[in-house]
Amino acid sequence: MSTETLATAAVAEGRPMDLLRFATAGSVDDGKSTLIGRLLYDTKSLFTDQLAAVEAVSAARGDEYTNLALLTDGLRAEREQGITIDVAYRYFATPRRKFIIADTPGHIQYTRNMVTGASTADLALILVDARKGLVEQSRRHAFLCSLLRVPHLVLCVNKMDLVDFSQEVFERIADEFTTFAAKLDAPDLTVVPISALRGDNIVSRSENMPWYEGPALLHHLERVHIASDRNLVDVRFPVQYVIRPQSTTVTDYRGYAGQVASGVLKPGDEVMVLPSGFTSRIAAVETADGPVAEAFPPMSVTVRLENEIDISRGDMICRPNNAPAVAQDIEAMVCWMDETRPLQVGGKYSIKHTTRAARAIVRDLHYRLDINSLHRDESATELRLNEIGRVRLRTTIPLLADEYRRNRTTGGFIIIDEATNRTVGAGMIVETP
Amino acid sequence: MTSAAYQVTHLDALEAESIFVMREVVAELERPVLLFSGGKDSIVMLRLAQKAFAPGHIPFPVMHVDTGHNFPEVLDYRDRRVAELGLQLVVASVPEALASGLVREPADGTRNRIQTPVLLEAVEKHRFNALFGGARRDEEKARAKERMFSFRDEFGQWDPKNQRPELWALYNGRHHSGESIRVFPLSNWTELDVWHYIARERIELPSIYYAHEREVVERDGMLYAVNEFLPARAGEERFKARVRYRTVGDASCTAAVRSDADTVEKVIDEVAATRITERGATRGDDRVSEAAMEDRKREGYF
Repeated sequence: MSTETLATAAVAEGRPMDLLRFATAGSVDDGKSTLIGRLLYDTKSLFTDQLAAVEAVSAARGDEYTNLALLTDGLRAEREQGITIDVAYRYFATPRRKFIIADTPGHIQYTRNMVTGASTADLALILVDARKGLVEQSRRHAFLCSLLRVPHLVLCVNKMDLVDFSQEVFERIADEFTTFAAKLDAPDLTVVPISALRGDNIVSRSENMPWYEGPALLHHLERVHIASDRNLVDVRFPVQYVIRPQSTTVTDYRGYAGQVASGVLKPGDEVMVLPSGFTSRIAAVETADGPVAEAFPPMSVTVRLENEIDISRGDMICRPNNAPAVAQDIEAMVCWMDETRPLQVGGKYSIKHTTRAARAIVRDLHYRLDINSLHRDESATELRLNEIGRVRLRTTIPLLADEYRRNRTTGGFIIIDEATNRTVGAGMIVETP
Repeated sequence: MTSAAYQVTHLDALEAESIFVMREVVAELERPVLLFSGGKDSIVMLRLAQKAFAPGHIPFPVMHVDTGHNFPEVLDYRDRRVAELGLQLVVASVPEALASGLVREPADGTRNRIQTPVLLEAVEKHRFNALFGGARRDEEKARAKERMFSFRDEFGQWDPKNQRPELWALYNGRHHSGESIRVFPLSNWTELDVWHYIARERIELPSIYYAHEREVVERDGMLYAVNEFLPARAGEERFKARVRYRTVGDASCTAAVRSDADTVEKVIDEVAATRITERGATRGDDRVSEAAMEDRKREGYF
């Protein structure tokens, strides 16, 4: 039975098949495209016409082998120049899980792409070449994953076939990385020795490395426990849209639609609405398919309250004894993403935080971080493209915010240039008053 | 509290994400419209729109870019569905645009490429600033890099090298007058996800998605239905075959596949086992060059 047929069977039986989003970072040299090609191929997610097209183009270009990078490099400029310039999304499924890969380029000039891919990832996969060991780029990738609070990290030591499947080489790299990751306050870390080209430890355990007792990569991706990564404690429901049907059949209906950011909402729960501070109880939690007993992330639902309170988009439903900060002075780490104009102290921008829009002024740039050495440059006066620094912002209206390390949804925001409307920065709140 | 009890399936997660995206558009952009072709992806989008705003009505019109080369089953379905949901239907008509001289009939008779100016004219006329499209990232490699909210300039053009970074679920729909945003709520769905959802939600589709007998000719290795828009060429043999459509587009360039799948369950099994992408199997229009889709998207195509 093929993997997809099994996947179909799993769904038909009602066995839950969940969703894992992971980001991959690395360059073609590390074998990243080969690894992705291998995962797609071995899970039968690669189609024959895609493969044939890649083979034909490879042959026409005179490549010595079928260049699997052509599968992911979708834009004309990328294929012509042999580079990856953007985040590409890839999909595959096994009987246990559907996977979304955010495939990002690895070089420092693409830091913004990696930050983008990592922002939604449950897991990040970092590749190193076993012959070269850890390089500056591997440390940078690990740092960015920890900054974006990606809960699970996998280091793939690739090209093990080129170091004679040496346990010693693997352990040296694994130890060095583990020591480094500990300093980053990195979350769950797994290290796997692989050969993407030959398929060792990808789908099944390799016979070439009997000394390795951990799981094959796909086995780990299928089973890594992500359910408890969600914050089920702090009730945070950013109001997205107020549903008030203007119809003769449905009268006096007022529901607050949104996606649960964290926590569990149940009918009868006492809630508080910010920024007003009014309290009420949940009368019902509804979907189009009827009322539900509980709502939790990532469900999109409609909440009705017992009392008529003035609530609009951008407000937040939480609990009276567990509320986010209501703050206009925000301390945040910011990754700058615009090549035309740097972030400067005194600069004014629009920001989007949950479903709330505000304007903000940059009050202070405390330091710029060298993302290779982690050195803090306190003399910095601006942040250029791909640079990361700690800033203090003052907003026009209060944000209803948590620290990013506690809540990736209520702790993250984007910065928008008011003249060009472009997204120019990503912020992660580090401190709330 | 155990986290295991709070699991959602991949279909629930995809549904929740798409509903979030639709609500975000309606909350932030004044004049959205949903592109409705009568194809399965746009039909799934309509279902998601129903869910996103229940118990209220879908708060935007739908638009059909009508090439004049339609499958009658699909037009019937479109009109029935629009009536059931009480929706406003805007038709952007290629035949009318041909008559007015906005576009010219291409030499090969396929109208895929001339849809774009017709779409853009309708967008301008109705001042739509957000267009929901059913495109998925698994369809084609240029689409694999497109954002959920895809910015278009005043000419409707997509600039793949100048896309807005898209972080977390914070979508940036800001634009100046005359510019617009294409929104793809199904970005993260695959063909198989769409079919599983159709089965789970018991969504009715136009009958041509299921196996039926049809008179066809074989051309460029694909099976094309013989009809008024696509007559058999000299030397082509007409024959009856049991087929179904994997995609529904312009009747002059959309091919059928041989199939016995006459129920949604059988289609799921077939899609799961197939080794050819849906566009590769059925779309003459994607075969023109390696970057065919990217080129059309740059010009404003979906």
